[in-house]
Amino acid sequence: MLLRHTTDEVLERNALTVNPAKTCQPIGAMYAALGIHNCLPHSHGSQGCCSYHRSTLTRHYKEPVMAATSSFTEGASVFGGQANLLQAITTIFGVYTPDVIAVHTTCLSETIGDDLVQIINKAVAEGKVPEGKHVIHCNTPSYQGSHVTGFSNMTKAMVTYFADPAAEKTNQVTLFPGWVEPSDMRELKSLAKELGIDVVMYPDTSDVLDAPQTGKHEFYPKGGTTVEQIKASGGSIASIGLGPSGSAAAVEELRKKCGVAGEVMELPIGLQATDKFIDRLRTIAGVSVPDSITDERGRLLDMISDMHQYVHGKRVALFGDPDQLVSLTEFLNLLDMKPVYIVTGTPTPQFENRIRAALGGNVPEAKIRAGAQADMYLIHQWLKQETVDVLIGNTYGKYIARDENIPFVRHGFPILDRVGHSYFPTVGYKGGMRLLEKILGVLMDRQDRDAPEESFELVM
Amino acid sequence: MADILRERERQVYRKGQQQAFQLDCEKQSVAGSVSQRACVFCGSRVVLYPIADALHIVHGPIGCASYTWDIRGALSSGPELHRLSFSTDLQEMNVIQGGEKKLYAALCELIDAHSPKAAFVYATCIVGVIGDDVEAVCKRVSLEKGIPVLAVHSEGFKGTKKDGYRAACDALLQIVGTGPVDDISPLSINILGDFNLAGETWTIRDYYARMGVQVVSCITGDGRIDDIRRAHGAALNVVQCSGSMTYLAKSMREKYGIPFIRVSYFGVEDMSKSLYDVAKHFKDKEMLARTQGMVREELQRIMPLIADYRRVLEGKRAAIYVGGAFKAFSLVSALRLLGMKTVMVGSQTGNRDDYEQLRELCDEGTIIADDSNPLELSSFLEEKDVDVFIGGVKERPIAYKLGIGFCDHNHERKEALAGFEGMVNFAREVHSSVMSPVWQLTPRKRGNSLEVVK
Repeated sequence: MLLRHTTDEVLERNALTVNPAKTCQPIGAMYAALGIHNCLPHSHGSQGCCSYHRSTLTRHYKEPVMAATSSFTEGASVFGGQANLLQAITTIFGVYTPDVIAVHTTCLSETIGDDLVQIINKAVAEGKVPEGKHVIHCNTPSYQGSHVTGFSNMTKAMVTYFADPAAEKTNQVTLFPGWVEPSDMRELKSLAKELGIDVVMYPDTSDVLDAPQTGKHEFYPKGGTTVEQIKASGGSIASIGLGPSGSAAAVEELRKKCGVAGEVMELPIGLQATDKFIDRLRTIAGVSVPDSITDERGRLLDMISDMHQYVHGKRVALFGDPDQLVSLTEFLNLLDMKPVYIVTGTPTPQFENRIRAALGGNVPEAKIRAGAQADMYLIHQWLKQETVDVLIGNTYGKYIARDENIPFVRHGFPILDRVGHSYFPTVGYKGGMRLLEKILGVLMDRQDRDAPEESFELVM
Repeated sequence: MADILRERERQVYRKGQQQAFQLDCEKQSVAGSVSQRACVFCGSRVVLYPIADALHIVHGPIGCASYTWDIRGALSSGPELHRLSFSTDLQEMNVIQGGEKKLYAALCELIDAHSPKAAFVYATCIVGVIGDDVEAVCKRVSLEKGIPVLAVHSEGFKGTKKDGYRAACDALLQIVGTGPVDDISPLSINILGDFNLAGETWTIRDYYARMGVQVVSCITGDGRIDDIRRAHGAALNVVQCSGSMTYLAKSMREKYGIPFIRVSYFGVEDMSKSLYDVAKHFKDKEMLARTQGMVREELQRIMPLIADYRRVLEGKRAAIYVGGAFKAFSLVSALRLLGMKTVMVGSQTGNRDDYEQLRELCDEGTIIADDSNPLELSSFLEEKDVDVFIGGVKERPIAYKLGIGFCDHNHERKEALAGFEGMVNFAREVHSSVMSPVWQLTPRKRGNSLEVVK
């Protein structure tokens, strides 16, 4: 067994993370930046960081991922990375001609103390940024938070740099989708459209990281929110941020900068969270919910009714990013399943309270951990003490699933060994159906595999 | 968009179109370019990672450990400690106050829990800047726990991937020479620079066993600390992946007087030559006869299979972009055996000699590029109307978007490509991708027409 080193005794560790349930900030910033139209993410640090982020995103999306790097050397680490970034800005606008360069830092450039604001101002003053082009930045020290923090920071930077307080006031709603898949972003836009609501959503990685086969390598695929759209978001009637970890900072920034009233909600994964989201959109825009959406909700409810016996009481272990976990927990609770172990490597204030709230008083025995040493080693140790019926998490869960013989549903980031997440959403009612289908799929496959011949069922 | 970066003009060469061949290489990438290169840490990590009974702990913030967690597919026949991800997960306070205490505690916890044969501590960028004395912590833990604990000086910014190979070799050199050598045959070798991707080391080991050569250690494929400790007892170092391991071989030659030869296990010609070179080195007639017999046997088995693929692939065009240039030589020959033409070839880290050798090997018109980038690569692929692209993880989706076949010759290969059997696997992989019906549906072959596919 690959994880034979894991014991059922939970050893308290204080210095060590084993098999992390998180990664570092910069990759989140890179992912967010890819959701701006004609934007080249830029990693201000060593070459390896950029290479690792691109490889990981490529493995997850099976798409080319473009990003540049300051290619730090020993000299840069002593004298600072200003010269590298200035050179990079010239090179990028000269060769790759993006509308926006979105710079994020790394642990290296943070620790040497590069002042990005000063460097970018210098680039502008020296005429290195062509008319109508932009360089934006956010700080993403890898030794704080996690990849989710980096996503949040870059999303906030889009507001800081672009949202225009003088933008014309409109009935448009600004939507911060949180760290979800391109498929989810597409679904969020489609739900808003069906409600007849004008939204501007950023970042938006649909049509960037789920691009069609065109016979061309589009260096900048057609998707992504344009700078003009982000500017206009300053005049929105309201904003909604989905998932506090990914979006709260941007909502607050838009309120502060442009006076746009905002609200942070949980990610619309599962029936109840989607209800709240749709209701909020409806209220802001003063529209009624069309039958098409009501029917979609009805189909999800119908599916749950049809299949509820198969999921009732099943114990579930979950790991991944905090916002996803809260909404998933709520949905599993609605399905009458028992989320017993919930772990995120991302340090998250109020995480346990949010999960307990999502459980609504059920599953009091649930073990919940976030932050330091909340890793997959820990969740595995818990599982060795008492196993579960389903494990939900990113690809790295496959080791545990195999060793402990647990049905496994892939959800989260990264998924390196299956496809589908870029194309089929898990947000909205449709997403709820997909999640339920996946959970049922693994449970029933297991039942079929293990059932004695006499009780092997044709009709389930 | 500009054709290629102006600063890079001298890093791209077209055979036959210029008088003087002078390819600039071993240069830092231009800041701001979308390079396919990685860092020092990456180099050290990929080289040492396959040592399966050692502890590998990444000292730094979490990212470096996350991105390198079990990504290489380097198989082990026994322990699998190397496939777990251990990190000190440095936080802000550690950055301010230093991470030595945390590293010490993490090492002690891990060594107590797993009783590894040795521990490698990878220093990442930030460790180099905050000034942790990793060496001192390693020494202390080594004394307390009685196993080698080795600092790998792999701060990302301290050079390129190649410097990371060197840092890895420096760590290995501290272990070599510490084990007993009394039962080692005079007809013995170390396999250097094979990483047992998809079990390749096992194939190679088997050939040597059939030749009657004792393999003392594999560095690092399916590697074991106790074997590496006695590597200095081998009579010959056989070096593949010269980029990563030549330094180790040279150091062992200096220190222990062990000669080395460079080999390649890819492709029929290079594979056979490698085995013959080893046999010739030992000047042992019986061994040479056994080797000839084995090579003949293998060739008789695989050549008819190769011929089948060749009939279909004859005349198809290939592009190659790999990490080290040495691999590219073998690929050019292997493709030639399949009747295919290499129309573009490049590497992340080749040196002047490598490129000179590539130029000699390639046909007129072939593009040779150092430290290329996606823009360039896709323009080369289109210009040369390539049928298959051979590269790594970041190159794959570019090929597919263009509607071109792809074969991973890097960490993500799923089938052994080394050895005689590997040549058949390679032919099968190239064939299955080049001949996939999907390309017939792509715009490259039929425009953007929506007419019903027949």
